[in-house]
Amino acid sequence: MSGHSEEKTKTLNLIVWRQAGPDKPGRFETYIAKNITDHHSFLEMLDVVNEELIKEGKEPIVFDHDCREGICGVCSQVINGVPHGGHERTTVCQLHMRLFKDGDTIYIEPWRARAFPIIKDLMVDRGALDRIIQAGGYTSVHTGGTPDANAIPIPRPDAEYAMDAAECIGCGACVAACPNGSAMLFLGAKVSQFAALPQGQVEAAERVANMLKEMQDCGFGNCSNHYECQAACPKGISVKFIARLNREYLKSLF
Amino acid sequence: MKLVNPSNKRKYKILVVGTGLAGASAAASLGELGYNVESFCYQDSPRRAHSIAAQGGINAAKNYPNDGDSILRLYYDTIKGGDFRSREADVWRLAQVSNEIIDQCVAQGVPLARDYAGYLDTRSFGGAQVSRTFYARGQTGQQLLLGAYSALSRQIRLKTVKLFPRTEMLDLILIDGEAKGITIRDLVTGEIRVHVGDAVLLCTGGYANVFNLSTNARGCSVTAIWKAYRKGAFFANPCFTQIHPTCIPQAGDYQSKLTLMSESLRNDGRIWVPKNKGDKRAPNDIPEDDRDYYLERKYPSFGNLAPRDISSRAAKEVCDDGRGVGPGGRGVYLDCRDSIKRLGEHVIRERYGNLFEMYERITGEDGYKVPMRIYPASHYTMGGLWVDYNLMSNIPGLFVLGEANFSVHGANRLGASALMQGLADGYFVIPYTVANYLASSKPGKAKEDHAECKKSIEDVKAHTKKLLLINGKVTPAEFMRKLGNVTWNNIGMARSKESLTEALAKIPEIREEFWKNLKVSGTELEVNQQLENAGRTIDFIEFAELLCRDALNRDESCGAHFRVEHQFPDGEAKRNDENFSYVAAWGFKGDGVPPELHKEPLEFNLIKPAVRSYK
Repeated sequence: MSGHSEEKTKTLNLIVWRQAGPDKPGRFETYIAKNITDHHSFLEMLDVVNEELIKEGKEPIVFDHDCREGICGVCSQVINGVPHGGHERTTVCQLHMRLFKDGDTIYIEPWRARAFPIIKDLMVDRGALDRIIQAGGYTSVHTGGTPDANAIPIPRPDAEYAMDAAECIGCGACVAACPNGSAMLFLGAKVSQFAALPQGQVEAAERVANMLKEMQDCGFGNCSNHYECQAACPKGISVKFIARLNREYLKSLF
Repeated sequence: MKLVNPSNKRKYKILVVGTGLAGASAAASLGELGYNVESFCYQDSPRRAHSIAAQGGINAAKNYPNDGDSILRLYYDTIKGGDFRSREADVWRLAQVSNEIIDQCVAQGVPLARDYAGYLDTRSFGGAQVSRTFYARGQTGQQLLLGAYSALSRQIRLKTVKLFPRTEMLDLILIDGEAKGITIRDLVTGEIRVHVGDAVLLCTGGYANVFNLSTNARGCSVTAIWKAYRKGAFFANPCFTQIHPTCIPQAGDYQSKLTLMSESLRNDGRIWVPKNKGDKRAPNDIPEDDRDYYLERKYPSFGNLAPRDISSRAAKEVCDDGRGVGPGGRGVYLDCRDSIKRLGEHVIRERYGNLFEMYERITGEDGYKVPMRIYPASHYTMGGLWVDYNLMSNIPGLFVLGEANFSVHGANRLGASALMQGLADGYFVIPYTVANYLASSKPGKAKEDHAECKKSIEDVKAHTKKLLLINGKVTPAEFMRKLGNVTWNNIGMARSKESLTEALAKIPEIREEFWKNLKVSGTELEVNQQLENAGRTIDFIEFAELLCRDALNRDESCGAHFRVEHQFPDGEAKRNDENFSYVAAWGFKGDGVPPELHKEPLEFNLIKPAVRSYK
């Protein structure tokens, strides 16, 4: 657009993890991103690089992306060693290039965790998070025959607490950030959401036990109180939900 | 309505494509009933479907605020909002089941907003004078989708539903004229294979990305419903596309998408532009007298909450008039200054905190201090595959739910009604209506080795090969940009006979160039995002022609479909009920052959069509 045409552009040095498949060896490759403005999003910068690679007859970099507005949770890149790039409450797709300087070198890697096998380049398989939800991340209510929505008042602070937990977008940054590859922030958020609501009480004990077991079966580690998950979470999910998870688990034993 | 005996249900296999609000709620509900369900999505997880991005809320006629709401009023507002181009009976049913949706979601543990007494809170949305919109901060779509996703997850655990993530439907299979299967590409291995069933449900969303830049996710495409159209399903009212008034303006040509900010902001934000052309002062330096709050001026009773199409066109008008703000002069201010003064910044922060954050991340500006800049963007599509009252298309066994069908929003959808429709279709309509079809169909009729299945696989493989073999110079993204230039400029917010005729000449040129000069890297038997994009792009190019044809045929203005030839002196849409009170359902007749137009007349028994006025 005309307003930005005279704008100064940046050139960036990208060092990107390339891996042809789950069992193939991976390596870092260097690319130059040219003509990038403050207004490019991080993924738009990668789009520009990919278009050039295609034209040169090379393989574009594979990365997951979809909504590009920070809510679908599919984008998953470790940027300069930090999942989502380390800006508060910001997913990769919401990073803008005004955060980088001309000439910067940027390292881009996929999520790394035992439970998230690499599919290709920066794309990983996060099916394990779905399996944790399948183990109990719900109330066992059928469609239809439910009471009026206002039948059970829920104190506002409880509803807000549940909503704080429910903001999780399931991106898996918490796992990628954790030295133990633990999914306890993800799990804690879901367990806490239901623990705060009357609808979640009926199956509370069963839920936490089943979900924790699934988490272990999927190959995730346990929490070791590094709090890296909270720092990396693009939705600001608090580690207090891990404490709540532990409490709910203890309660479930009695 | 016929029923299927409980012990027979498991013998029927239902294929559900898409896992948004409609698809996830349908798959979960049908699984609960005992059907054998297979669920498909192109994303890595069903939780990522684009319903997740809906911010503002979901309508229901609960009348909790005691402000005069009722099923009749919700029905009336929806029909009027759609400018009398929706099917009355379907809208009535939607209003009826709206209340059950809220009950269902609360029972699932969806944390909808509550007041201090612990009861559900509501807010107002465009096109309604009651407060009937339930919400969960600015993430209502996310929370409702996670509710449906959790219900779906439970059925997956119970093995009534089998999930196939990272798969894309590339063909519909008809056996003896009935929908009995789909051909999919596994987006990880590249394998092309067939899934057969007793009914197929398409819950694959809308086609707003036909404009290239839209608020939809990058993966949203017309492909599934377009393939069904090519197999004989009628495409209804494709020209009814909605432009959302409150999006963040475009910053450059490289841009990959536009970001929407919930129109709930219009509750507390006032929309204005400078009164004088070329006023280059910073917004906060422009005194009250030099501001034109054009929505409040033109529509005193609805003001900043005028419906989406009206608000969008009004923004275009003031920008065309040279009074737009920001890069390229394509923007208007949305100013929360007065509300912040009245209620305090903390209240505004509580209501819309995440939207202000999002705005700042994208533009680098603080919306609490400087008015935000907004501009309309393509957002939602009211048109879709034609369905009967039972949500079945003209192909027996093919059902279409949610945004993918055409039925309830007419020529314009009201805010917070998309979530309502998706969940209504999935939770409370399809469980009843699919049985009516299945009861008269023998289960397990379709087999994977049927000649139609083999042919479909061969066709899809040939299509894929063809895309890969062109080896030209232009990438799919570049073709989408070319298409978007034509569609946005010629078929976007305002349309004329000239602009449409021009588009009808340009689009086939793009199509021809596509088949001559497309460049796709890589091979078919691997993750190949370029190949995916190429397939979606050619479907959009083909579809754009139909959209254009429909817009040209509908020689009237109604709702979001604005033909500049047909307007009142004040610029309002001028309907022509005498000639166009019908659903335009287009049937595919072959490549290079004009589609056949079928007309379903619209009848209104409860209310009389009137001029839609929000003054």
